[in-house]
Amino acid sequence: MTVIEDLAPPPKVAVERRAASRREGWMRRLPLLPALIYTIVVTQIPFVVTLWYSFQSYFWDQPGGARFTGLSNYRAVFTNPTFRGSVVRSVIMTATAVIVAMILGVALAVLLDRKFFGRGVVRTLIITPFLVMPAAAALVWATPMLDPNFGLLNYLLAPFGVNHVAWLSTHALGSVIVVMIWQWTPFMTLIVLAGLQSQPTETLEAAKVDGAGAFATFRELTLPHLRPYIELGILLGSIYLVNVFDAVRLMTNGGPGTSTTNLPFFLYQEVNNAFDVGGAAAAGVVTVFLTIIVATFALRMFARVFQFEEASR
Amino acid sequence: MTATTARRRSRLRRWSGRAGWTVLAWAVAIVFFIPVLWMVLTAFKPESAAETWPPKFIFTPTLSEFRLAVTGMGPFLTHSIIATVGSTILVLLLAVPAAYALSVRPIKHWRDGLFFFISTKMLPIVAAIGPLYVIALHVRLLDSIALMIILYTAMNLPLAIWMIRSFMLEVPTELLEAARLDGAGRIREMGSVILPIISPGLVSTALICVIFAWNELFLAINLTVTNAATLPMFLISSVPQEGLFIAHLCAAATIASIPVIIVGWIAQRSLVRGLSMGAIK
Repeated sequence: MTVIEDLAPPPKVAVERRAASRREGWMRRLPLLPALIYTIVVTQIPFVVTLWYSFQSYFWDQPGGARFTGLSNYRAVFTNPTFRGSVVRSVIMTATAVIVAMILGVALAVLLDRKFFGRGVVRTLIITPFLVMPAAAALVWATPMLDPNFGLLNYLLAPFGVNHVAWLSTHALGSVIVVMIWQWTPFMTLIVLAGLQSQPTETLEAAKVDGAGAFATFRELTLPHLRPYIELGILLGSIYLVNVFDAVRLMTNGGPGTSTTNLPFFLYQEVNNAFDVGGAAAAGVVTVFLTIIVATFALRMFARVFQFEEASR
Repeated sequence: MTATTARRRSRLRRWSGRAGWTVLAWAVAIVFFIPVLWMVLTAFKPESAAETWPPKFIFTPTLSEFRLAVTGMGPFLTHSIIATVGSTILVLLLAVPAAYALSVRPIKHWRDGLFFFISTKMLPIVAAIGPLYVIALHVRLLDSIALMIILYTAMNLPLAIWMIRSFMLEVPTELLEAARLDGAGRIREMGSVILPIISPGLVSTALICVIFAWNELFLAINLTVTNAATLPMFLISSVPQEGLFIAHLCAAATIASIPVIIVGWIAQRSLVRGLSMGAIK
């Protein structure tokens, strides 16, 4: 029932006629133009302006406006340990959260793929964390769940010898990552589950008849089948998780110290606390370059996941 | 005799196996659901019962914190609704023709078009937040709902185009051909053939856009103050500098989260398709 869509060329309904092709070409382009122009204006212009400001000194709490300073903003960015730290932390947070969420997602999907009593309800309960407003989730985790004095987690873990741990001071990064995993495991589960349910039952039954064990069947048949789904989940999860801001801002405010400051939070601080538009812009440009490097790989993966065929005219 | 015992035993094993899976699955589901449950439960507590050790599970439920949360929520709720609904409508208006031009009657470089849109999702908007603030200031849109609508539209447009395109590709070619033989132009083809068929798809696209716009915080926190502050901002304001606040916070968080949770529960099926941008049906 569920299949990864084959991004094959769309059906060619009408045979293209050479004579009218020029006019036809514009008629075809016309419906695309509003969305294209809108996207270029709203998403690309801010980046061009960012590039411009990255060469300016501009603090908006000071009079006088912007003035050209050459590369000094970039020099500041590259020598700023907080910036470098936030890049590393972004990578650690995203990678850990995506990988753990995917492993849990596969396990949960295998579980949900079985027949048991109340499957629909269990599925609904499991996807709920993904639907909770991230700001609400972050705030509920921050105090009602993780508070050292009356948080629920300490109470639930008390039988295991946990005694009033101040999670957000002693395990800040881990706590933020746990919340990211909690919110994104359902996403991975849903995508992998769709993959499991698209697996033809005949192959599995044939394997069973041939005497293959459950684990061997999973490794040799199911995992290869799931591969594009897992790749898709990792890719989309990374796109969203690298921008995680709510959990950092509302649970730890980047701290203690800078121990949970990731890139989005660093940029937010540059603009809101340091009023340094130029510095933030330079950091932004560096961020964009880093993203482009990663995105090039990601786009290639995307193309593969969607099983693109050779370009067709 | 032995055959019946064997059959009975195998049935027993199958049954106990299923019971085992049921217990395991429910245990996992409850672990995942506990924070949500705790949020809702705490919202019904009086503030004095919310901050206790050990945590209270039995208490006299009260609506007082909900009442308190609702009083300050009005403007935030209005802003959230306008920004969410407005941006979703604008997204659909832009995405439907664009998806058409990338699927039914495709432009020559439809693949490049598709990838241009998806690549804008990969550019981190956080990188441009300072300049975005300055631009908004200059065009006098800072702290306005219009600005939120404009940005949320750009945020959701790529996703909507990919998703709607996947629905349009499912429209049977024979129907399109028949319509064209009847002399239907592009507009009639769209209105009388495509739109009726993809309307369930449009609904699920809209739901996904609603979820993302409703939950957005980063742009709101940077670009709004009071005139356009949305519900996530209200949540932040419900955490005071001092004093007891847990029950109050949970009541506010519950109210803010409930609409999307219910929408998501109803739209579980289309959720997968939307989140994978139409890749998984």
